[in-house]
Amino acid sequence: MTEAGAVIEADGLVKRYGQLEAVRGIDLEVRRGEIFGFLGPNGAGKSTTISILCTLLTPSAGSAHVAGIDVMRDPARVRQRIGLVFQDPSLDDQLTGRENLEFHAFIYSVPAGERDRRIDEMLALLQLTDRASSLVRTYSGGMKRRLEIARGMLHQPQVLFLDEPTLGLDPQTRQSIWTHLNQLRDSKGITIFMTTHYMDEAEFCDRIAIIDRGKIVALGTPDELKAMVGGDVVTITSSRPGEAAAEIESVLGVTPIRDDGSLRMEVPDAKVFVPRLVRELSAPVDTVTLRRPSLDDVFLKLTGRAIRDEEAGTKDQMRAMASRWMGRRR
Amino acid sequence: MSAKATSAGAAQSTPAAMPVDIRMASLRAIYIIWYRDLLRYWRDRWRLVASLAQPLLFLVVFGSGLSSALGRDSLFGASGGFTYIQFVYPGIIGMAILFTAIFGAMSIVWDREFGFLKEVLVAPIDRWAVAIGKALGGTTQAMIQGLILLVLAPFVGVKLNVLTVAELIPLAALLAFGLSSFGVALASTMKSLQGFQVVMNFLMMPMFFLSGALFPLTNLPGWMTVLTRLDPASYGIDPLRRVVLSDSGRSSALVERFALTINGHVLAIPLEAGIMLAFGALMLGIAVLMFQRRD
Repeated sequence: MTEAGAVIEADGLVKRYGQLEAVRGIDLEVRRGEIFGFLGPNGAGKSTTISILCTLLTPSAGSAHVAGIDVMRDPARVRQRIGLVFQDPSLDDQLTGRENLEFHAFIYSVPAGERDRRIDEMLALLQLTDRASSLVRTYSGGMKRRLEIARGMLHQPQVLFLDEPTLGLDPQTRQSIWTHLNQLRDSKGITIFMTTHYMDEAEFCDRIAIIDRGKIVALGTPDELKAMVGGDVVTITSSRPGEAAAEIESVLGVTPIRDDGSLRMEVPDAKVFVPRLVRELSAPVDTVTLRRPSLDDVFLKLTGRAIRDEEAGTKDQMRAMASRWMGRRR
Repeated sequence: MSAKATSAGAAQSTPAAMPVDIRMASLRAIYIIWYRDLLRYWRDRWRLVASLAQPLLFLVVFGSGLSSALGRDSLFGASGGFTYIQFVYPGIIGMAILFTAIFGAMSIVWDREFGFLKEVLVAPIDRWAVAIGKALGGTTQAMIQGLILLVLAPFVGVKLNVLTVAELIPLAALLAFGLSSFGVALASTMKSLQGFQVVMNFLMMPMFFLSGALFPLTNLPGWMTVLTRLDPASYGIDPLRRVVLSDSGRSSALVERFALTINGHVLAIPLEAGIMLAFGALMLGIAVLMFQRRD
């Protein structure tokens, strides 16, 4: 281990599918006990990377260690030490919550004497005790997720991997999943590695790696990353955005980024900038907003593109529709 | 609570905590995979009833219909012989086993579709455990499903005794095992539910029709004789029939008239059982190999 306390280490991970390079050289280190977020748009290589770390995929090049064990050399021992929560549901909805956990306890060799105690503990921790003997079919989306987290924790892993754990859940439920994850980290000292494409969620992580097109483009705490943007973010809308952009660049010396009809720019001090903008621009300015930088701005700055939540939104809807339809057929 | 938490934390800080014996874990996995299948089977009462309704329909409608259509000069209805409904009864038991076994084993494809298979495949166990657990789960369900139909014996005029029932249990188990293993092997090659319909139409139905469940496998055209002898289900259904009809008070020659022959020789029941076992073992071997490929 290069750094004391590193639970996950990846060195030059590459995954190719034929001509396509899904992951193009990823290096990272995750420290014991931290919540590490892997942030990026759909198709950036998040799921591929997490699958390699979980031994579900073999990398085309590079190496990775999880809990000190080589993922390629000894995948079974890695799996014994990690908990997994997949992007897509993986529960048996014809069984009760407790039965799902019992199944897991068996295949993960939880000692017989501890099985019930641990199942009860996890059910209580994720507030599922009342519904433990109901069929999973009757659970809400958030409850299913919580049950999957409980299941992933049952064999006392050192790292809990979650691939888009809040995908397709409503904001309130997402919030509660986060509360539970934080609680788990605090009470169990577990390391959490998760992927997400929700910018606002990434703020809850201790550290974040931003991944785009198979590469890590930035890594740090949310504050460190936001500091990269520098200063404030000013967004204006204009009925003639092209003209406004050119003018801002030539007169004010700031290069705005166009995002639909609006123009976004980073300025050292908005208090001074905005009055100048209004005074010196001949193109009409319809609205002005200013705010502290968010991770969205960081992503935009690093990649020149915004993470489109709308896009993911329709995908989530399709996924939900598909699972409803399939669920009924079962 | 806090004491518990610190002890768990301490356990996590020693990465080498208790190396787990993968082989033992795999044996436990076979058990729990089998158990889950039975639990689901038992829980789904509606399916249980529905799967009894179909054989019953066959027996009542098909059996009664053909019984009256087939004249005295056919194999059936000859003086002192068996009626068609008596003939087809063990065939229907075989049918119940065939369909339950293959469907039961192929539930792997459902598990794959709905994600649960992932939970099993990423567990620190050997993949062969999944194939074996599923095959045994399908075997048990199919065996129960077939043996339940024995309660209908009095209604079709078939007499059973303790001995014949005791003989039927292992024979039903063998047929169920052979076909379940076949189902698991099939399922291991299928990535989606789409292939399911194909298997249903091009494998299961022909297998059923050619198995001797519905008509005796004698005096058939040459090509059909060959196909029926290639159908593994034939070797499982024939012994069921011979045992079910053995306590009917008729001469054994009458029972043997329906028996499966190769080159005119009636096959001994132990030989048929051996063929079924070998087929099951072969299929399970293939299934295990297919599962061990990492996908």
